[in-house]
Amino acid sequence: MIPEIGHFALILALSLAICQGVLPLIGAHKNDPAMLAVARPAALGQFVFIGIAFACLTTSFIQSDFSVLYVANHSQLALPIPYKISAVWGAHEGSLLLWVFLLSGWTVLVSRFSSDLPELFGARVIGVLGLLSCGFLLFTLLTSNPFERLIPAAADGADLNPLLQDPGLAIHPPLLYIGYVGFSVAFAFAIAAMITGDLDQKWARWTRPWTTWAWLFLTLGIALGSWWAYYELGWGGWWFWDPVENASFMPWLAGTALIHSLAVTEKRGLFKSWTLLLAITAFSLSLLGTFLVRSGILVSVHAFAVDPERGMFILAFLAIVIGGALILYAWRAPSMDSAAGFHAFSRETFLLLNNVLLVIATALILGGTLSPLIVEMIDGSKISVGSPYFEIAFAIPMLPLVYLIGLGMHTAWRSQKAGALFKQLKIPAIFALLAGIVVPVFFYGRFGVLLVVGTVAGFWIMAVSMLQPIRSLRRASGASAITRGALGMSVAHFGVGMFVIGVTIVSAFSIEADRSLRIGDTESVAGYDFQLRGLRNVDGPNFRALEGEVDIYKNGEFVAQLRPQKRTYIVQQNPMTEAGIDAGWNRDLFVALGDPLGNDAWSVRMQYKPMIRFIWLGAFVMALGGLVAASDRRYRLTAEAKDVSPAISGEPA
Amino acid sequence: MKTRFIAPLIFLVVLIGFFVKGLDPNRDLNRLPSPFLDKPAPQLDLPMLKDLNERVTSADYEGELVLMNVWATWCVGCRQEHSYLLELERQNIVPIYGLNWRDRREDALNWLAQLDDPYIASGYDADGRVGIDWGVYGAPETFLIGGDGTVLHKHLGPLDAFLWERDFMPIIRVEKGVEQ
Repeated sequence: MIPEIGHFALILALSLAICQGVLPLIGAHKNDPAMLAVARPAALGQFVFIGIAFACLTTSFIQSDFSVLYVANHSQLALPIPYKISAVWGAHEGSLLLWVFLLSGWTVLVSRFSSDLPELFGARVIGVLGLLSCGFLLFTLLTSNPFERLIPAAADGADLNPLLQDPGLAIHPPLLYIGYVGFSVAFAFAIAAMITGDLDQKWARWTRPWTTWAWLFLTLGIALGSWWAYYELGWGGWWFWDPVENASFMPWLAGTALIHSLAVTEKRGLFKSWTLLLAITAFSLSLLGTFLVRSGILVSVHAFAVDPERGMFILAFLAIVIGGALILYAWRAPSMDSAAGFHAFSRETFLLLNNVLLVIATALILGGTLSPLIVEMIDGSKISVGSPYFEIAFAIPMLPLVYLIGLGMHTAWRSQKAGALFKQLKIPAIFALLAGIVVPVFFYGRFGVLLVVGTVAGFWIMAVSMLQPIRSLRRASGASAITRGALGMSVAHFGVGMFVIGVTIVSAFSIEADRSLRIGDTESVAGYDFQLRGLRNVDGPNFRALEGEVDIYKNGEFVAQLRPQKRTYIVQQNPMTEAGIDAGWNRDLFVALGDPLGNDAWSVRMQYKPMIRFIWLGAFVMALGGLVAASDRRYRLTAEAKDVSPAISGEPA
Repeated sequence: MKTRFIAPLIFLVVLIGFFVKGLDPNRDLNRLPSPFLDKPAPQLDLPMLKDLNERVTSADYEGELVLMNVWATWCVGCRQEHSYLLELERQNIVPIYGLNWRDRREDALNWLAQLDDPYIASGYDADGRVGIDWGVYGAPETFLIGGDGTVLHKHLGPLDAFLWERDFMPIIRVEKGVEQ
């Protein structure tokens, strides 16, 4: 019964989505208050019914109802409860349900916190979101119904993919999807602006916080995915340039460009058509990611179950949504461009460079991801594009970008005197140059040009990011404090610096060794002595594991004991590596068990990973910066904001 | 209408064209369009990875049933299958030759030193040119080459016991039977 309730709730949600997608848009065109009034209640009702469907599917998982096909395929009696819940979004059908659930959640938030938007505009935004929801609900109901029955019911389920049985991966998809789906809000704002034919600085101010929120969740989601790959895939890498990873990274890059372009549109009323295009692009790349992951068009280790029918459906949806948006763009955007100019040496120029470099990076990654398909379609040959390409293609636009961040942050709008800028940046520049050379040479004992380019860049961004907050702390009484927006920018850029330091140091100074060890053997890696003390069998709820006991000493002093496991999940019978990691702020020690080599010897992979935590910590700080910026007073669009007279003075971004 | 505002739309149309073609149900990602299947394998003549003064050539395995495994240190799948290749080497069913593809030599040498070397010898194909002759489009790839030099089977992706039993052993049994 419960699955049928869920199914039925989903159908009701679709009916409401159709109302929400059609009536407010017509109402806005005809200025019909009755039709406009449908927008908010329909959005709320849709959210409630999708919520019911989601709860029903979750209940089926918790109750292990193996008469539901999706549950039988992705759960098992012995699966621990938290993973039964995360299994809801562990595969195609359920993750799609999560997607529409989050979309309806964003829509409700928009309708709740948009009371100071002009009524027609707000209704159009909600209408566009309703149309998107229609597409996804149709997709779910027609091709990917999670409530499909399995008769006769299975005695036990086929278990959740063991790779996904991990706390990091349980919450990675929801965070990622909040980000992906969140870009639909900026998209809807862009469409509404193009329908209205009117895009002013207020529009940018409304759009900015929504974009920042979506971006910060996407940042967290990607970072969590990378962290998971690091400890779960068992060999210490943290980014693989797999098509699915690229699918999440491209919207992030476009979203980052959008955030910066919106700043210009809000402050100066410039880059309007460009901002619109980025808003369309960021969400389009989210949709493209969904298509690439679910259609099986590319080879990927993460791909969902492949079904050409589904692929065709998403492709058609993608063509309608993106194609429609771009037709509207070609028609409306030309009249929106502003003619106002700016000085060549100004913040506008730096933000333009930021956008150009981010878009180049996105395009190079898109090209690399799609080129195997395109080459195959053209001449039938198959090629593979791997990390060697992506690392270079990504570094070329990013290296100048990280250096330019420091300049751009402190450059004034309109026009900047070069002398004044260099004067205030002199100290951070000297600091960065010294620290960037001293740290690799003295702490790690090596010098290299690329290495120093990386460390100097990292220290440079971190140092310049502190200037504004420090100045605010030391200001004279009466002087205005730093705005949340500016503080958020400083924090986020500081995170970029941490990330750059992490990536540079870890790629230059990681040490890894694969050795064959017998019990009692000791192996020295990077000054740490790893001793294999013992091996024993342990049983988990749904797996058996061989667990190693590895003691680590440094100069005879005990550092840590790690217990790497090699698990075999009972139902699916695939082996999984559970690495043992001793995490420190400045280094990880990593041990993974390999295969038996005979004569009681085991292959053991030991790694020393300096500063690797800075990679994820940096991403976390970036997201934190987004949070600070999004909480800026001038973005408060709540119901209360109507009572207070909006204080929109010329605050610096 | 200025062209720069239409350009994104044109780009989308082209992309969708490729996607529609790519979704063709007759297109099978795992099927191997090896132009060499049941045809003579291309000639091999490469410097030997471990000693660049020596060479690995087709003549080395002429008349023998051998595996040719395309590998690289940057490839995750290669790492995954490596222990199985070592296992195959221990079973001593067929000699395994390696084609180290688009790799850095010192990385490749370290890899073999650390993980052990299942290969009789590996050819060093730094710029991937020989890989092109062989129609390699991703590592790992494994060719089964008969005594008469024809490609009997080609596998894309990491090798494991299941695939070995299913795809390789039947051919090997027949081949060895013929020889006896």
